[in-house]
Amino acid sequence: MSRNSDNNTKDDTHTIAVLVENKFGVLAKVASLFSARGYNIDSLCVGVTQDPSVSRITLVTRGDAKVLEQIRKHLSKLIDTFKVMDMGETDSVEREMILIKISAPKAARSEIFQIIDVFRGRVVDVSTDTITVEVTGDEGKIHAILNLLQPFGIKEIARTGKVALTRGAKTLKGSKN
Amino acid sequence: MELNGSQIMIEELKAAGIEMAFGIPGGAIMPFYDELLKADFPHILTRHEQGAAHMADGYARVSGKVAIVVTTSGPGATNLITGLANAQMDSVPLIAVTGQVATNMIGTDAFQEADVYGCSIPVTKFNWLIKDVNEIQHVTREAIRMATTGRPGPVLLDFPKDIQITKAEYTPRESAGSPLPAPRQYPELDMEGIDKLIEAIERAERPVIIGGAGIIKSGASEELAKFAKAAGIPVINTLLGLGGFPGTDELFLGMPGMHGTAYANFALCECDLLINLGARFDDRVTGKVSSFCPNATIAHVDIDDAEIDKRVHTHIPILGNVRDVLITLNERLTPGDYDEWRQTWTDWKANYPLQYDWDGSIKPQYVIDQIQEITEGNGIYVTGVGQHQMWAAQFIRFNEPKTWVTSGGLGTMGFGLPAAIGAKFARPEKDVWLIDGDGSFAMTLVELATAATYNVPVKVAILNNAYLGMVRQWQELFFEKRYSHSHYPENPDFGTIAEGYGVKGINITDVNEVRNSLETAAEHDGPVVLNFLVNKEENVWPMVPAGAGNDEMQLAPPSREAKS
Repeated sequence: MSRNSDNNTKDDTHTIAVLVENKFGVLAKVASLFSARGYNIDSLCVGVTQDPSVSRITLVTRGDAKVLEQIRKHLSKLIDTFKVMDMGETDSVEREMILIKISAPKAARSEIFQIIDVFRGRVVDVSTDTITVEVTGDEGKIHAILNLLQPFGIKEIARTGKVALTRGAKTLKGSKN
Repeated sequence: MELNGSQIMIEELKAAGIEMAFGIPGGAIMPFYDELLKADFPHILTRHEQGAAHMADGYARVSGKVAIVVTTSGPGATNLITGLANAQMDSVPLIAVTGQVATNMIGTDAFQEADVYGCSIPVTKFNWLIKDVNEIQHVTREAIRMATTGRPGPVLLDFPKDIQITKAEYTPRESAGSPLPAPRQYPELDMEGIDKLIEAIERAERPVIIGGAGIIKSGASEELAKFAKAAGIPVINTLLGLGGFPGTDELFLGMPGMHGTAYANFALCECDLLINLGARFDDRVTGKVSSFCPNATIAHVDIDDAEIDKRVHTHIPILGNVRDVLITLNERLTPGDYDEWRQTWTDWKANYPLQYDWDGSIKPQYVIDQIQEITEGNGIYVTGVGQHQMWAAQFIRFNEPKTWVTSGGLGTMGFGLPAAIGAKFARPEKDVWLIDGDGSFAMTLVELATAATYNVPVKVAILNNAYLGMVRQWQELFFEKRYSHSHYPENPDFGTIAEGYGVKGINITDVNEVRNSLETAAEHDGPVVLNFLVNKEENVWPMVPAGAGNDEMQLAPPSREAKS
């Protein structure tokens, strides 16, 4: 399992990072840009950066090269946008986090713990009937552990969108120019 | 000095040279209106907010200047949406100032509250909800800059009532009307692209220029004429580019696309180099993209990066201001030798002219021809949307830019009358003619009251066929003449309606009265409505059916074509 280099393995899926002004309404404008053109957002993650006036939006979307070019250009055109980058164009680290609540009767627990161990997951809550586990990784890893836990009975999951950073010293500069 | 929020905004607007407002007051904008009055800010009270937006739109298109549109919250603001969308599609600058309920009431479903910030995101270039009096100065400056620079467009300032009256310390600009800072992403001149284009022009045997709204907006008409004439390349103007090149010039090929001239579409099909100067390859221009300019190298100059490669693949993209690019091109260009090509398109022009039959009824094209004759192409021509708009685009020969006001991208019926009023306010020395359809006119005719109140002498020619004519034409051609709800058999008497508004109204039923009535209208000192009861089933030709390629253009009704 190659963990960190499977960016955009499905050729039409792209992870895009956008640096925007951290103020109300900006996310609505980004979302409106997608909905106005009928483009879907598969996942979305927003958080403030080391500069409190700048937020980083990481979104996963699908489309051919032409659609991607339009998305990139329109995101760049938004006045609140500082920088847009298709993370697939560079070597990058991508992560998602998932919380999984599993049915865990006594008999099944040791097997469940073994699986969690292999995936370097963390048990964050235990009750008499359930275990809640936190797993971080790329999409493939999350998919794999979900598959393995499925037979035990998954009661609920909560999943973040993808976040990504370029490898090495390169960064997305957020300064207005 | 200490001012309230409304005063600060007005100071900033005045400092930027903005000197016109259109709008209607209401509860949530009353403090701002109070300050407009005290500041003696010129304001035109309209009858509907959509009319106010179209007036500002028409005003901007002919003057290049931006006006503000002022409405109250809720319905006042939502009535603006069509006007904003129209300006957005055609890249027209205007600044909407909408009242909003007080900040502590936002989100409570207060009286006349609407999420105008949310509603206007997709129909503005940019918008703001002002939540702090201290940001008004900055936001107003940004709004003016955004509206007027780069690719222009409408912006909206949603202005809560409490912020309008909150006081703050205000430091005026150093000098009134000081130039605005350059937009953030103004592209630098792409010299590499220009070099490639010059090479392509030298290599080409059958080049064509297509000039769009970018020619008008960047003020590049003279540079375009210089370029086309020096190079000997014929010019097509898109619907919004009309006026960008003299309509009487031998190099002019008219409008392309769905209802373009035959020779423009032939030229597009046959050219080996298409030089697109500030047009956005609208679907009504290209027809089916796969058969658009099939043999041509395509160069596209545009100020908006997102337009390049959007619909038509471009071989030579040049990001930049059309005028700047043309100036550089003109410095470098060597005259071409396209004699064979010139012969070809000259023959097309001679053999496939725009024409219409003469059968004793009032032909709409004839009325437009007569308007063209009495104004000699020196008027300002405004339209609604539909058949009459296409005929006007075909038959009026424009002498100069910014004399053609039409709703291109959005195709907004009802645009005409308010836009004509706005145009007349901007250029009072010009004769402003509105060529409208009965369907379009009826949508906003309430603004006749505005024309009467302010005595705005616009001349309205309604080409009244008692149909939604373009819909009827499509139903005739593509829906086996099933005229589903496109007929207005009980159309009102528009002449009498005009009189009711205090506007001179004349109904014309006889073709021999056309010329006289037009002259009467031209001489009348005030607004006039001429209601021409025209041939009901006249169609616009040529026509490229929707979704077909420009090579599938029909020149005339199928029956007539078969005969000839």
